[in-house]
Amino acid sequence: MIDFPILSLLTFLPLVGVLFILLVRGKEERVALNARRVALYTTIFNFILSLYLLFNFDDKSAEFQFVEKAEWFGALGIQYHMGVDGISLFFVLLATFLTPICILSSWNSIKSRVKEYMIAFLILQTFMIGTFCALDAVLFYVFFEGVLIPMFIIIGVWGGSRRVYSAFKFFLYTLFGSVLMLIALLALYLEAGTSDIPTLMDTALEYNMQIWLFLAFFASFAVKMPMWPVHTWLPDAHVEAPTAGSVILAGVLLKMGGYGFLRFSLPMFPEATEYFAPMIMWLSVIAIIYTSLVALVQEDMKKLIAYSSVAHMGFVTLGIFSVTTQGIEGGIFQMLSHGIISAALFLCVGVVYDRLHTREISRYGGLVKNMPKYATVFMILMLGSVGLPGTSGFIGEFLALMGAFQVNTYVAVFATTGVVFGAAYMLVLYRRVIFGAQHNKDAAAMKDLNKIEYTCLVPLVLIVLWMGIAPSYVMDRVAPSVEKLITKYESRLKQSPAESIDIATNQIGTTGVSE
Amino acid sequence: MENFSLSYLNPIWPELFLAVAGMVLLVVGVLRGNSSTRFICVGAMAAFVGALFLMAGQEITNEPILNEMFIQNNFTFFMKMLVVGGLITSLALSVQYLYQDNIIKFEYPILVLFSGVGMMLMISANDMLSLYMGLELQSLALYVLATIKRDHAKSAESGMKYFVLGAISSGMLLFGISLVYGFTGSTNFDVIGTTLATELSLGAVIGFVFILSALAFKISAVPFHMWTPDVYEGAPTSVTALFALVPKVAAIALIIRLLFVPFAALSDQWFQIMWLLAFLSMAVGAFAALRQDNIKRLMAYSSISNVGFALIGIVAGGETGVSAVLVYLTLYMIMTAGVFGIIMCMRRDGVGLENISDLSGLSKNAPWLAYPLAILMFSISGIPPLAGFFSKFVIFQAAIESGLYTLAVFGILTSVVAAYYYLRIIKVMFFDEALDKFESSIEFSRKIIIVLSVFVTVAFIFNPSPLIEISKLAVQDLF
Repeated sequence: MIDFPILSLLTFLPLVGVLFILLVRGKEERVALNARRVALYTTIFNFILSLYLLFNFDDKSAEFQFVEKAEWFGALGIQYHMGVDGISLFFVLLATFLTPICILSSWNSIKSRVKEYMIAFLILQTFMIGTFCALDAVLFYVFFEGVLIPMFIIIGVWGGSRRVYSAFKFFLYTLFGSVLMLIALLALYLEAGTSDIPTLMDTALEYNMQIWLFLAFFASFAVKMPMWPVHTWLPDAHVEAPTAGSVILAGVLLKMGGYGFLRFSLPMFPEATEYFAPMIMWLSVIAIIYTSLVALVQEDMKKLIAYSSVAHMGFVTLGIFSVTTQGIEGGIFQMLSHGIISAALFLCVGVVYDRLHTREISRYGGLVKNMPKYATVFMILMLGSVGLPGTSGFIGEFLALMGAFQVNTYVAVFATTGVVFGAAYMLVLYRRVIFGAQHNKDAAAMKDLNKIEYTCLVPLVLIVLWMGIAPSYVMDRVAPSVEKLITKYESRLKQSPAESIDIATNQIGTTGVSE
Repeated sequence: MENFSLSYLNPIWPELFLAVAGMVLLVVGVLRGNSSTRFICVGAMAAFVGALFLMAGQEITNEPILNEMFIQNNFTFFMKMLVVGGLITSLALSVQYLYQDNIIKFEYPILVLFSGVGMMLMISANDMLSLYMGLELQSLALYVLATIKRDHAKSAESGMKYFVLGAISSGMLLFGISLVYGFTGSTNFDVIGTTLATELSLGAVIGFVFILSALAFKISAVPFHMWTPDVYEGAPTSVTALFALVPKVAAIALIIRLLFVPFAALSDQWFQIMWLLAFLSMAVGAFAALRQDNIKRLMAYSSISNVGFALIGIVAGGETGVSAVLVYLTLYMIMTAGVFGIIMCMRRDGVGLENISDLSGLSKNAPWLAYPLAILMFSISGIPPLAGFFSKFVIFQAAIESGLYTLAVFGILTSVVAAYYYLRIIKVMFFDEALDKFESSIEFSRKIIIVLSVFVTVAFIFNPSPLIEISKLAVQDLF
């Protein structure tokens, strides 16, 4: 079907860009300009390349496609194994699509150490794409964890005033979760004798083992998502990160958690998932309501959107752990939609931040008068975030809630209140920033979107609308993989006789507490 | 002895060669004085390289040799290669430093040479007496090295501390050996092993605990670590680099030999001891380093926590565990060499600097130092895709395989704590304001070491198999 390693190419092409940037010599301004150009061209080329992936993807198949295999860690039997299925395909595209926008959006706002900045973003892209393509657990971990290095540098070097604190918090929080996953991954590897993800998905594990492994993986993915109550690193990281850092953080990095649940937790530990799903759904409900309320009182625009991210991710976990077709599809769709919308919203904040250097909501007001284009773009995105029908946000939330409703009515009812709160805080934000009196002269004097900002935002807005009006293009490609995931999940649950579960439950009830 | 011939000495040619070379260089030094220091340094390095070649040409028999005093097998071969490699590295790093810091003494390289002989003897020891001889030879050379900056109070203090505590540990070692001898009737490893396998006596166990405590001192495992931060801080940086690179590797090799050959029968007993040593070392190494401002002290605590990780492999035991230790030590040595190479470049106005805050803003002034150090720091904290991740990976894999879940989870959590202080160095270099520039003259040999160290750290991911396979091969002779 395919004769060149497209996934490896996608993954490692940014590193070629890094090499080119390293070779750039000359005066500082010249170097900066060339570094920007190299980074932009590389990422745009990478995006075009990833479209090849989209057009050649077989949407009937639930199997992994574009598979590559090579010897890597021969001594331990760990392979270099890449491939995408319907679940990961769009995340890869999300990563290739958002990176050039990030580079473009920092064209003028990043003035110091441009070369290093571009290198960090390119390396970050390699790790992001690698995470979604890896079909070997160890390889996955390498990419998943490697993300920390460039992101730490991006927040710490180009961030705001409390950047050091935020960078450390981000790094250590995420590392804490991930190392537990590493231990679980090793246990899994030794139990199954392989770290090959497709093989691991077919390996039945003991109930006790599943519970522990699930918890360890959960520690990692829940922090990454982030789920309440381990979400506290996110507002800090978002607020202090440079605009493009927030964009990539909200747009792609958060999705690694959800992707991890779908790739590892559900298929590999079905019984444990069944056991923990109610708890996780309630956690999601708490996240949705609590963080929405917190978002309501924020005075900092970025913080508000950061909290709204946590709430939206709550819908994702809600959908995924309902383990219904609609729920999981909704979860995936919500992740993609949130990836686009929140990325665009952070860009919007960046637009006004670049002009006034403050993120305080009360400093703005009445922007509709002097920035009509901005107001329009912001409105569509705001409505998308609220989940208005016709935007991508609606589809995701609706499906996730529908999935939850099939499992637990109460959960669905409480979660739905989150939609109302979501509308509340976004509308309040929009009213205070865009409408009202122009009480600040400098805010009233701001210019409308410039060309670069326009180029960044318009594609995102179009995608939000397109995904909202014609979700089937994405859904058709996602559906077979989700269907396979659920069929396998259910057959695995049936296979394990109920008695053994009872015994195991008792065991964990007694030993689990004492330990 | 009747059929004595020169071929009888074949197995210890490398050691003999080094000893003779050391004496020749000593004569040269005495005749030509301190002005020949550079020449002698180069000579010592050449002698080590010669020893490497001699070792490579040796036949490995896995049979006791020289009246069963020594043994030559794949394991000792691997460890000796590692030790000699570390010694060459530390000498290559030192030369410029000796001149910059005015420690122009021709004894320096010769002492390094003799400590090397001691370490090699002690690694291949197959008898308590040859063990003690090798251990003392290396220790005495190192005591002197720690105080080599005679007119410097801190250096003298560190050497004194090292010596006094080292002497106590030697005493414990001898006492333990005498007990073991008394209760098993032999000092030979194999005889002790077979005797203990048939009959476990309490006296031998007590003697064994004494021996283990003495060796725990040598590898600075908690609670025998007290000397490490002070000695690391007080000794001249080139000597600190040597301490960080080599003696621990040799001592861990010795511990492995002891635990798996003569005292294999006591595995139930030593399992608990080693478990506790590993646990405490990781904990103290991680938490005590949090508040250090001196980078040499920080590296001391870092080495303590890394010893803890290496000990996990020993506790896990078996081929997987011990080979993981070898992988861990090799990679740790490579990364530490680079780190110390960079620490030695921290000089301003002719004075060596040791505070972490002196690195402030290094990424602007000297990116060619800041980026390597950042890469090495990320690597030591175990972040993929760098080499340090794989060294932790194999260790924890061994731990999980042996069911040491508590130790593994605890260890990995301390590595998160440790990540904080490694990150702090990166933070100072990248996020803080720049200070004055460092002196820019860096000797070629030091550059090579830094470049090689960073290269291996970054490129290890592409082909991790050879090292793992070689170390698997090396440990087969132990079991």
